[in-house]
Amino acid sequence: MRILISGGRIVDPRNGADFTGDLAIADGRVLAVGKVPADFQAQQHIVADGKVVCPGLVDLSVRLREPGQEHKGTIASETLAAAAGGVCTVCIPPDTDPVIDSPAVVELIRQRAEDAGRAHVAVLGAITRQLKGTHITEMHALQQAGCVGVSNGMTPIANALVQRRAMEYASGYGLKTYLYPEDSHLANGGCMHEGAISLRMGLSGIPECAESIAVSRDLLLVEQTGAPAHFCRLSSGRALEMVAHARQQGLPVSADVAVHHLHLTDVDLVDFNSYCHVRPPLRAQRDQQALLAGLQSGAIGAICSDHQPHETSAKLLPFAETEPGISGLETLLPLALRAGHAAKLSLLQTLALLTSGPAAILGLDCGHLSVGAVADVCVFDPQASWLVTPSRLHSEGKNTPFVNWEMQGRVQHTLLAGRVVYDAKMEKL
Amino acid sequence: MKRNSQLDEQGQLRHFLSVEGLGRAVLTEILDRAETFAGVASRAVKKVPLLRGKTVINLFFESSTRTRTTFELAAKRLSADVLNINIATSATSKGESLLDTLRNLEAMHCDMFVVRHNQSGAASFIAAHVAPHISVINAGDGSHAHPTQAMLDAFTIRQLKGEFNRLRVAVVGDILHSRVARSQIHALNILGVGELRVIGPKTLVPDSVTSLGVHVFHDMRSGLKDVDVVIMLRLQRERMQGAFLASEHEYFHLYGLTEDKLARARPDAIVLHPGPINRGVEIDSRVADGPQSVILQQVSNGIAVRMAIMSMVLGRQVESVEVKH
Repeated sequence: MRILISGGRIVDPRNGADFTGDLAIADGRVLAVGKVPADFQAQQHIVADGKVVCPGLVDLSVRLREPGQEHKGTIASETLAAAAGGVCTVCIPPDTDPVIDSPAVVELIRQRAEDAGRAHVAVLGAITRQLKGTHITEMHALQQAGCVGVSNGMTPIANALVQRRAMEYASGYGLKTYLYPEDSHLANGGCMHEGAISLRMGLSGIPECAESIAVSRDLLLVEQTGAPAHFCRLSSGRALEMVAHARQQGLPVSADVAVHHLHLTDVDLVDFNSYCHVRPPLRAQRDQQALLAGLQSGAIGAICSDHQPHETSAKLLPFAETEPGISGLETLLPLALRAGHAAKLSLLQTLALLTSGPAAILGLDCGHLSVGAVADVCVFDPQASWLVTPSRLHSEGKNTPFVNWEMQGRVQHTLLAGRVVYDAKMEKL
Repeated sequence: MKRNSQLDEQGQLRHFLSVEGLGRAVLTEILDRAETFAGVASRAVKKVPLLRGKTVINLFFESSTRTRTTFELAAKRLSADVLNINIATSATSKGESLLDTLRNLEAMHCDMFVVRHNQSGAASFIAAHVAPHISVINAGDGSHAHPTQAMLDAFTIRQLKGEFNRLRVAVVGDILHSRVARSQIHALNILGVGELRVIGPKTLVPDSVTSLGVHVFHDMRSGLKDVDVVIMLRLQRERMQGAFLASEHEYFHLYGLTEDKLARARPDAIVLHPGPINRGVEIDSRVADGPQSVILQQVSNGIAVRMAIMSMVLGRQVESVEVKH
């Protein structure tokens, strides 16, 4: 299949490219960028005048809900949501049911993702068996099965010795550890940021130090072991500052942020809005401002959706009993564009946080449009505005606090390995 | 600014979920109206026909004797039909059944739910999901709010001490977990109390409570100095777990209200407690049963205040019916 995408603004952060031109795709790969050979015969022509043509997005945290929670979503439904959001590569944490702690589960997921054919799925293996935090997994076997890194999901390893050994073991095979930094004793089952608002609402809070203490411990373990680590979903300005400092010292660490933390704070919970129930919790305005500043400074390497689809009833409960998480794949791009605008980033810089940045963290050869690269492409209209409504979402999960927000930036086409997997005009393919 | 969801288009109370966000006029109206109802209790026929034909359901997901009983009496004295439903929280640990429960009760054509639930925000949740003709009164949700208790405390204080702006009030105990304290603090501040203090150990009275508009004391003797009103809170025994407190003994030693500590307050100070009291834990029997205690008066006032609130919420269409003294 030969496809020509013509007249678009090609923004390819990894190659520092931002210019108007054509993109030619053949046999699933990028054939030419900018100027297309005169003899190129396209079978499909996408006119991209006034549109942005960028690498397909790479999302560091997506729950597909399969296996184990198919009532919330399936690999097929959620990779369709990814395609509709311009996302070509989704990285999934190991907290499925069964947990991804054996090659068989990795194989099952890869097979189903391949059958669905709408996104590449990068799998994080469990770093401890059953995510229990006591026995490390056969990480080498997980790596052979295709895992790109290891993680303990959202149940951090409380025992620092196990954490240390797990990181050391993983790094011996070139596996990076993905950490969700939270001291579970300090978090103490809380459901929102601890502060004046939680006090007012009578909800149990998770103090900011639950995150920064975990980050400081893990940074010291990185220093001790030399094992590379990635901090997932930082929510606190202080934790981010520590990671930024460690990076300056040359430690092999990186961090990402969930896009909703760039837009919402604990104030958004005041009427017990369960759609704002997320982990880590939405924090104070100064944290939000610090995270935005972190986009600018380079301390944050990626913006992710932290996509967590839920069935409707999971949010129809008194606040603390609701399940945390936002269905975020389809609002990732416009919300990141808006955050980039607020942080005074160029379009190239913003898109780097959605493409080359996360690809570099994962160590994957994706998220760029170099000649010869797998042709994962997102074409979006940066001017088009649209209103978020539950019915508009392709995800099975309609749980989003952004309903009735006006988004600017709309995906027109998503190409996965040179194949159109989403076309806004035709809607579902 | 979002319109307060408790008020209807005309600014009248449609639900009563939290004191926070209501104006002084509304709270004063509740107190004034409660005063007219306080007389009803002493009549031979203790009923007024304000809510005749209305059905009130006491929906209690958490056990309670005093609050449920006074709500029941209040509704009956307003001539409403009352149904008490106690649902063990374990039976509705899943939300579908909570909403299903509501749907089933709605089908019985009731007009008001009086809700108590162990989760903060539960009353607002229910108010947001009930049929539009049904009103919800919050009878206590988690650690969030207990607005009728706060109003009956304010009523008792005004009855015995007069104008709020000249008063110094201290609330003593577990502010962090207390829905009663939160609602009292909001109510007394809205009503313009002269000075509001909270007293307790740092684990239960964190510094952030100053954001609610109170002065914080960790030493009870200095906190009680020259106060006109002492409000004691019930201490839940489970606070001994989880490193909030060392022991009941030390708590009583530091924060239990004894005659000796009460002597620091003004000689005519009154002592309130929302009940049920833990004698020897937060209050000494000699104080609880002493001349300054108004704990039982609070209970009787609870009926009048709840009548006032129910009639304001449900009686929006029957405003014209006169209450005869």
